[in-house]
This record gives sequence, C-alpha cells and structure tokens, in this order.
Amino acid sequence: MEKTVNVWLFGKKYAVPESLTIMKAMEYAGYRLVRGCGCRNGFCGACACFYRIAGKQELKTCLACQTQVEEGMFVATLPFFPLVKQVYDIEKIKPTQQIMMQLYPEIYACIGCNACTKSCTQGLNVMQYIAYAQRGEYEKCAEESFDCVMCGACSSRCPAGISHPQVALLARRLTGKYLTPESEHLLRRVKEVEEGKFDDAIEALKEKSLDELKKLYNERVIEK
Amino acid sequence: MYAYDEEQVKSLRKVEETRAERTGKELRRLTAEEKDALLSSYHPDYIRSAYTNLQVGANAGAPVLKELASLLQGTPRVLNERVNLDKIDYDVDVLVIGGGGAGASAAIEAKRAGADVLMVTKLRLGDANTTMAEGGIQAADKENDSPAIHYLDALGGGHFKNKKELLEKLVTEAPEAILWLNSLGVMFDKDKNGNMITTHGGGTSRKRMHACRDYSGSEIMRVLRDETYNLGIPVVDFTSAIELIKDTEGKVAGAVLKNMETGEILVARAKCVVLATGGAGRLHYQGFPTSNHYGATADGLVLAYRAGAKLLYPETLQYHPTGVAAPTQIYGALVTEKVRSLGAQLVGKDGVAFVNPLETRDVTASAIIRECKERKNGLKTADGEGVWLDTPMIDIIHGEGTIEKRIPAMLRMFGKYGLDIRKTPILVYPTLHYQNGGVDINASAESGVKNLFVAGEAAGGIHGTNRLMGNSLLDIIVFGRTAGKNAAARAKETAVKPLTLSFVEQYAEEMQKAGCESGELSPRLLPDYRRKDM
Repeated sequence: MEKTVNVWLFGKKYAVPESLTIMKAMEYAGYRLVRGCGCRNGFCGACACFYRIAGKQELKTCLACQTQVEEGMFVATLPFFPLVKQVYDIEKIKPTQQIMMQLYPEIYACIGCNACTKSCTQGLNVMQYIAYAQRGEYEKCAEESFDCVMCGACSSRCPAGISHPQVALLARRLTGKYLTPESEHLLRRVKEVEEGKFDDAIEALKEKSLDELKKLYNERVIEK
Repeated sequence: MYAYDEEQVKSLRKVEETRAERTGKELRRLTAEEKDALLSSYHPDYIRSAYTNLQVGANAGAPVLKELASLLQGTPRVLNERVNLDKIDYDVDVLVIGGGGAGASAAIEAKRAGADVLMVTKLRLGDANTTMAEGGIQAADKENDSPAIHYLDALGGGHFKNKKELLEKLVTEAPEAILWLNSLGVMFDKDKNGNMITTHGGGTSRKRMHACRDYSGSEIMRVLRDETYNLGIPVVDFTSAIELIKDTEGKVAGAVLKNMETGEILVARAKCVVLATGGAGRLHYQGFPTSNHYGATADGLVLAYRAGAKLLYPETLQYHPTGVAAPTQIYGALVTEKVRSLGAQLVGKDGVAFVNPLETRDVTASAIIRECKERKNGLKTADGEGVWLDTPMIDIIHGEGTIEKRIPAMLRMFGKYGLDIRKTPILVYPTLHYQNGGVDINASAESGVKNLFVAGEAAGGIHGTNRLMGNSLLDIIVFGRTAGKNAAARAKETAVKPLTLSFVEQYAEEMQKAGCESGELSPRLLPDYRRKDM
C-alpha cells in the first residue's frame, strides 16, 4: 500500500496516496469534477488552486493537475475568476500606448506589490509584463507573458483590480498582427493558390492509381 | 521531486555514453514493407479482440472499438429526461456545439457571414485538445514546397485512405489559414525578416511545421476565444448537447442541452448545427492513457450517429508515440513531436537508438511498443514501461538555449518534478491521442444528414487512417471556417418545421430488436475518475 498524506480539501481532511496530483487527490477522495478541470495537462488554466501548508504562513498558488500533494496541504480551488475582458476590433485598433490606456486604464493603478508575480502558476514575471504594457512596449509584454494559461490567479491577488491575462493577450495580438514583420513567402503563396497555380498538380495526383501514388510517396525526396 | 530508480539510472548512463556517437547520425527510414509488418504486428488498431461489430445505424456490420460501441448502442440520455420541444430556450440560425478551435473558427465565420450564432460547450470555451496541441500547424508556404507535396505527404501518412476532396481542401487552403490566424494576431515563430520558422514533423518531406514555441495550440485557441468574445457571440458554457433535434422533414434543427451543474434541460432550435465536439481519448480505448482533455468522450459521434450520419474510419486511432511514462503525476501527458523534430532520438535501455524519430506516428508508436514488449528493451515505470527520449541532444545539435526557447512548456512540465530535460532524457510510451476517423463529411463540411455540419476531430476522412502532426490544428481552422460559412449560408434558405425526437425512439427500438443495447447512458459527457472502491 502506497504511503498516504493528509490533505484538507476546502477544509475537510482526506488521506490520499502521496504520489497523486491535487486534481487526482480530489477524485480519489470522491469528487466528480465538472468545474476546475479542463485539459489536465497544464495548458488550459481551468484548475488554479490556492494552498497553504499547515504551520506555514505563505499562501501558494498552483495548477491542480500539475502539482503533487504534500502533507498538511490546505487546498481551495479557483474554478472561476471574474476577469475583465474589453471588447475591441482588432482591425481598427493600433499598437499605440493609447490603446492600453483606453481599454485597460487600471494597469496604471499598479502599486508594485508584486503579488501577481508571486502567485503566477507558470512562474512568469507578471508585474514586469504589466510594466511593459504600461509603457506600450507590447513586444516585450508579449515575450514575457507568452506562457500564460490565463488561470486568473494573478488577478485574484491584485489590489488594483488588474486583469493581467487579458492585458497580456491584447499585447500579444497587437504584436502578432502589427509588430512582427509580415511573411512575404506566405503572402506570395496565398496569392499563387488563389491564381490556381497548384490546381493541375493536385488534380494529377487525384487521378493517379494507388500503385502510382505509393511509388511517388515512397520515392519522394525528404528535405534535410 | 521525482528521481529515476536504480535500474533507470544504470540505463541512463548508457544513454549518456552513446550520445556523442549517436548525434548527427540519422537512422535509415523503414521501407514500405517493413512499416507494414511493424504496424500489423504491434499497432493497437490491429488487435481484433478489442473490436466488435455495430448492429444498428449507418455503420451496422462494421467494427468499432468496444468502448465506442457501448456508447453508440447505449441508452440515449434524452429518453430519461423530460423534454418539452414546444418550449424553446434558444432560437438561432447556427448552433455550434463544442468550444475548441473548430467550434470557435466556425462561430467566428458564421457570425461574420451575418448569422445569429450560439455556442454551447460542456466545459469552458478553450478547454479542448486544441489548447494542448503543442507542436505546430502545417502549411506549404515555402519556396521549395507546394500544396501538392503536402497532399502526397498526408496521403501516404494516411495510408492512402484520405478522402481526396477533403485532403485537397486541407492543403490548398492551408496557407490562407495561417494568414488568417496571423492577421487575428497569432504570434507565429518568425525570423527577423518575417520568414516563418518551420520544421519537420513525422512523415513530412518538407519543413512546413509552423509553431508558436510549444504553445502553438494554446496561442491559437486564446486568440480565437478572444475573437469569439469580441464579435459578441454568446457562449453558454458548462452545457452539453445530449441529443440532436430534427424537424418533421428530417433536417437537423437544434439540440437538447443539459446544464452540467444544475441538470436543467434546455432546448435550442437552430436552422443549422455545427458539431465540433472533438475526440474520444477519455474513453481510454484498450486501457491506454490519454493526452486528451477531460471532455474527450466521443459525444459528437454518438449524437450524429443516432441522427443517421455515417462514420468513416472510426476504428482507427492515433497513439502518439511519446506520452509521458514517468513521473506518474503526468503519466500519459503529451511530449510534443517537436522534441523529435528538433533532433531528440528514441533510445532503448541499452543506449541504442531503434527508430528514426521522424517516421509517422503510427510507425513510431509501433516501434516503441515492439521495443518494450518483444525486445524487452524498455524500462519499468510506476504505471507501465517506457523508452528514453534523449532530449539533451537538442541543445547539443542546435545550441544551448534551444530547449528553453523552442519547447518551454516541456521544460516547465518536467521541471515541476525536478527533471531538467536539458540535462537528462525522459521516459516515454505511446498514449491515446487522436481519433483519425469520425463523421463522414463532404468538402462543404456537411454530413449525410441535412443541415448537420461537422468539423475538427469529430469529422473523419481528411487524414485517412493516420494523421500527420500539424494537420489537425490545420484542419480545425480550414474545416471549422468552412462549416461556419456554409452553415450560415444554408441557414438563410432554411425554414425549420416542427421539431421532433422521434428518430431517437426509432433508434432505441432498433437496438431493442437487435438486442445490442449496452445499457450505458449515452453520450458519456465526462469520464468518472472517482476511486473505484467507494
């Protein structure tokens, strides 16, 4: 029998095998999850959690699907957090400093407490990317925030009421659309497809026999 | 913190000893005959005892995995609910069922075409396999490449079973799909001149894998989600579709919905339905772990099948070669193919590489299974067994910092358990990853049932019987958009007649006559991972 540890789910004590993640521990204890469970692989941000180890002061945050249980863990889940998402037309906005002032002016109320960074389940420097957003440095904001899973833990700890993941998302979309150079080869290829440049080649393939196709496939040159 | 056991550490030393010699040496590719032999002996699709023949519906007489048969021939949930079709809760032009990349693409295009759109999803918008697609998206947009070369790669990878008109659409519209995403603000990896940084995937003959680091699907999904909200499309989350509704002319005309938390039953009437419910990994076919998200329970296949749609290649599944074999906390999770694209080799316990890491997924998975089961060259882990994926090779080949820059999610995932993949290789074993087949559709993304459009993993035929890496992120965009546009256009010329669920009752009667009812409530909606002895 595997060694167990005691964890408190919403304040109630359960003994669970020590190898489990918090998410699996909840299921082991008998919860059938609907909320607070999405991809189960650390990408969707559905399972943000707070926990504190008995006898220690620090409040920690994590993703329940990516974090192993520990003895004395008191866990509360954050299955939803009311982030503010402003509506905009990506075709009409421009990557100027003003756009952040218009859509997310609360970022300028940041008091520099760094609670966002401390609570990031991905270990990102959240306060830093908000600082970049304040200055209209969207590429830097995008770079710093790229691994964000939008779980909302940062915003739940923010005394200024900032919705950090939404700010970062806006910065990334501005970067992706306006601030990185266009791909000439892509534009060229789209035009060629529109002009029907490849239609004959594909039509010819569609008409080939299975044996001919197999031969072509098996003899095709693979780029090094 | 995870630590390799004694046996594993001993083997690890051998992997380190042989690394220098292996680096830069490419294993020869298998011949067509060798691949066939490997697949038929070791690929899980060839284990006939795992299958049973369906007895009712459009695929009667054809085999599907037993777990799926149990749902296709299960008890329709709707028959146990009180449903009042006269009380319409939502009345729209286009109902999109499913909140992944295909559903969002469909909703965006339907809305842009002027339709009144509603999206329902049983978890949240974006809790989907799209979010977890780490590796990339294919498109033939480089000078040395062409849609025709892409076509041949995908056709051979799919064992020449792909529906031609679907594959043609996939490859020719691929460049435009990338452009569409980029213009929405998706941050693709580019060099300073704007050239897309592209790599190989298993089975590609050109480097056409576009990526957003190893958060490709996440990046695409969060942008599509944001755009869905920007367009003001209503999203009803934590609400599943438990049955399609038809009208008295036999057209699909909505769905019966169920609030996943309160159990409330709702009726959505729609002129057209886009089914984008994704795959089936959470059915754990043949006991495999899965890399899929929590809601991947084949609901769409069940709903479409009962409504009369045909399934194409439902018997073929994709087992991703590199699921996590250890540590146990992330058992079955995906190790992106990009790790192999960047040069990491698959190595047995004796330190010998045994397969070219860029064979197609089915071949690579079969090679790993053979290495473990027949050649006994795997290593035991807490949950099963695995072989080494030699990740430190990546920084050796491409320079220090490559892993951090190109596969940060992998670095983080293993880092949480104290494993630094820059320094130490990882243990992998195939994991249930993708449903190659699905609902049979035409190039307009419509199924055989009128006004039922299907896109994404729920659709079948695009990939034949084995999908290449990077073609699913592509297909959700190409066919999601197609489904949305066509559903919006069809809605304009559609008048919905009185609603009915009589086809469900007829289906239940047929099952009774055939004596094939499994008794399982269907669709499954979510897996049940509660402790079994409770």
